[in-house]
Amino acid sequence: MNKRILIVFLIITSSLGMLSLDQFEDIFKITKKDVKLIYPTYFPKPSYSFSSNKLSPDKFVLGRKLFYDEILSKDNTVSCATCHERIAAFAHIDHKLSHGIYAKIGTRNVPPIQNLIWRTSFMWDGGVNHIEIQPLSPIENPIEMDEKMSNVLLKLKNDPIYVSLFKKAYKDSEITSERVFKSLTQFMGLMISSNSRYDKFIQQKDTLSKMEMNGLTLYRAKCASCHTEPLFTNNGFANNGLKVDPSLNDEGRYNITKNEKDKYAFTIPSLRNIEMTYPYMHDGRFKKIMDVLNFYSEGQNHNATVDQRVTSIGKLSVQEKKELNTFLLTLTDKTFLYDRRFIDPDYVFSR
Amino acid sequence: MGSLLILIGFPFMVFSQNVNLRFQNKVGDLPLIIDSVNYKNELNQDFTISKFKFYISNVSFKNTNGTTTVPSTSFLIDQEDSLSLSTNSISIPSGIYSSIEFILGVDSLHNVSGAQPGALDVVNAMFWTWNSGYIFMKLEGNSSFSNSPGHFFEYHIGGFKEPYNAIRKIKLTFDQPVEISKHKLTDILINVNVLEILQHPNSIDFSKNSSIVEPFQSNIVSDNYEDIFSIINIK
Repeated sequence: MNKRILIVFLIITSSLGMLSLDQFEDIFKITKKDVKLIYPTYFPKPSYSFSSNKLSPDKFVLGRKLFYDEILSKDNTVSCATCHERIAAFAHIDHKLSHGIYAKIGTRNVPPIQNLIWRTSFMWDGGVNHIEIQPLSPIENPIEMDEKMSNVLLKLKNDPIYVSLFKKAYKDSEITSERVFKSLTQFMGLMISSNSRYDKFIQQKDTLSKMEMNGLTLYRAKCASCHTEPLFTNNGFANNGLKVDPSLNDEGRYNITKNEKDKYAFTIPSLRNIEMTYPYMHDGRFKKIMDVLNFYSEGQNHNATVDQRVTSIGKLSVQEKKELNTFLLTLTDKTFLYDRRFIDPDYVFSR
Repeated sequence: MGSLLILIGFPFMVFSQNVNLRFQNKVGDLPLIIDSVNYKNELNQDFTISKFKFYISNVSFKNTNGTTTVPSTSFLIDQEDSLSLSTNSISIPSGIYSSIEFILGVDSLHNVSGAQPGALDVVNAMFWTWNSGYIFMKLEGNSSFSNSPGHFFEYHIGGFKEPYNAIRKIKLTFDQPVEISKHKLTDILINVNVLEILQHPNSIDFSKNSSIVEPFQSNIVSDNYEDIFSIINIK
């Protein structure tokens, strides 16, 4: 919801005696129940289990504040939430390439934040190997937040609100990078999308239309070897046959491994909430799901490292594309997109 | 320092931490002094050093009954932080020891373990943020032979995945077996010869290699740095 509308709504409702300010803040209160790790039985075991980062409401709230706070950037203008918008499953809605600090434009599309605890690597090239240190990359990237982690800690130590939040979360007020990262991990790691119509269908709580069912059957035949259920990614990398954009000349995974086979391979993204995470591909070149389907059907560029799973898709009919598109929309998870736990009340009220 | 005071006050108590490794960084026979002394590499190219720091991890001692390992510990040795030149926190059982082993770098497990405290804290600026992994050694300075801006050279060496694995096992054998006791602090003084980073087998030419800053470039240096350590004395 637009913040201004939210505040107007708050004023109206409280003036009518429907909802007091305190009650409104209660909505955002994080309890022990809110930080329980819950996921469906058909999900695999997560690769990150919080075993060395025990979930607690205070740590989650600290992580939430950090996520929404521009203090993480050099000139205090960019927060994680600047590019990772809740309503887009924490992707950057309608932004081809990300723009960070000093209005600098990046080279890649902002990926969503969801189901991270099942991921085994992070970023479009898989260069980051652990969920806890993932935030370090945008914080220190000169075109994203351009800040040094040591300076972030200095700023946090000089802020009495953070001193008390760290004390609440960790029993003493010491502010370390480990604590910053672990708190952020609690907040982001609990961003779990598992309640889409697809999930309800799997749990036999909902049915799919004939069109959606046809789409699912087709999906399983054409897409699922990379975008594997139930997470809709196999955590791997592939060159999906995109024509290389010479202005970016992004060699993807190769930059990390320097293995020729990895040239132009990128992280296989999850397709959950795909309706909200447009535009698509590592460089955001496609605006609509249909553009993506058209590309796989008839737009592939077969360079040396293109993945055989992509080349074997073959041409899709207009009807097949419609069915696939319809099925993909069942992956939208409104429970996740509107989850109150991921809204920062301070962020809402301070503007 | 605390242990030293205790040593004077209570000579017969049991030390929980009874071994101290002290590192003395040198360039050939010359002491390493940041930004001041002009050194020469084996190609007779001049250079000064502005930064020198490195990790050692998984220290173990070999005694007559086998090996004792100090579990999962990394030390960051930084020429610009004199306190870091002494490890001050190693504890091993009493016994007769013949050698010390450690790795130069950080083991693969700790390269994939997320946020960590102490020596492995990322605020030490020894971590690659876009391609996760610790930088095992930083050597930076200036040479008139370097073609980089300001005649700068920088070597950030690391990488834990084959074929770019920069972890090196170091074994230093004592001249004669040494008794290490729980009742006494044993001080092992280790010489670190920076010159050996630049030679044997690969002669580093500042005019050709002024910037080596990614794991896939590291081998040329990591193949050199295995032999930078030697024991000066044990007291």
